[in-house]
Amino acid sequence: MTGSTEIEFAASGRARRRSVVNALLADRGAMLVVAGLGAPSWDITAAGDCATNLPLWGGMGSAAMIGLGLAIAQPERRVLVITGDGEMLMALGALATIAVQRPANLAIVVLDNEHYGETGMQPTHTGHGVDLAGMAAAAGFARALKPATAAEIKALRQEIHTGAGPVFAVIKIDAETLPLVLPPREGAYLQARLREAVLGPAAHLA
Amino acid sequence: MSDGRADPQDGQMDAAPAASAEWPDQLFALLKSHDIRQVALVPDAGHSRLIRRCEADQAMRVISLTTEEEGIALLTGAWMGGQKGVLLMQSSGVGNCINMLSLAIIHRTPMPMLVTMRGDFGEFNPAQVPMGNATQTVLEAMGTLVKRADRPEDVVPTADATIRLAFNTFRPTATLIGQRVLGAKTFGK
Repeated sequence: MTGSTEIEFAASGRARRRSVVNALLADRGAMLVVAGLGAPSWDITAAGDCATNLPLWGGMGSAAMIGLGLAIAQPERRVLVITGDGEMLMALGALATIAVQRPANLAIVVLDNEHYGETGMQPTHTGHGVDLAGMAAAAGFARALKPATAAEIKALRQEIHTGAGPVFAVIKIDAETLPLVLPPREGAYLQARLREAVLGPAAHLA
Repeated sequence: MSDGRADPQDGQMDAAPAASAEWPDQLFALLKSHDIRQVALVPDAGHSRLIRRCEADQAMRVISLTTEEEGIALLTGAWMGGQKGVLLMQSSGVGNCINMLSLAIIHRTPMPMLVTMRGDFGEFNPAQVPMGNATQTVLEAMGTLVKRADRPEDVVPTADATIRLAFNTFRPTATLIGQRVLGAKTFGK
């Protein structure tokens, strides 16, 4: 892990994304982290690339369901999905699927800047009032949160690490564009290193 | 082939295998023999008995999806977490998986799919024909190794080969179970 775990706020009054991710991932232990394509992948990499990170380079709309598959396969580990509002909007059905499955060890955090950041900052529906946390609650998530203050975001970190899931949270973040911090982009390597971290060397003999 | 109409479920638009057909139970035994733990699906009548068997098995987790592409993502996570899975769907669902199959290709994730065909052999419903006719082409365009089973006795050996090919060689694979095996519902026409 690098840097501070203090939540920083921009002039907009909204949290700065990398300070949020740094705080959520502080002292993460054995937690597995899946990041949706684009900025969330750069954010978890900026916080410190490691074998228990799965930064996605594609498959828009896949992050939450990858998290579900991991959480079911590894019920003793915490699984955290960090993704953006555009990526989550592409997988609204997954909210229903995950709520029905009720994985106690899964948390999904949406970093909501109300824009498609990788394609020129076009607005997403969340800037027009679409409430992802409300949708998650309606799907059946018992914990559907909208933390806004530093204290609420730190409380979310605690819930992600020790609380009963599934947890869904939307954090409104500043629509800043930050320097790229790119993870490895060879998918077979990313998969193999994560499997080895979870399963040991036997992962490669399956 | 009229076997499919033996299924007693009224109002069902798709054909289910006849009660006398052995391959659905044999498919279940095959999934068990491969230690399949996560069964992702959007239901199809052709898989109805297999789905019931999986739901009744304590060691299997049946994950009902809202759209088939969720299954590609789910099985990616399952494999990374050390569990084997399989995706059951109808041929129309293959169209929903196209971009998501990128995940299996770039990560080299075993991704076996068992697809019951519509729009394939004696179809009644015009809406099933475009995707049914394109199913194999679309899967192959996305790097999936596809085998067909068009006789009941071919279903289990072909599915076995598909599952082995996925987990032994790390890629998306599919068995297409032909409508000739399932029977085409004709709504009495």
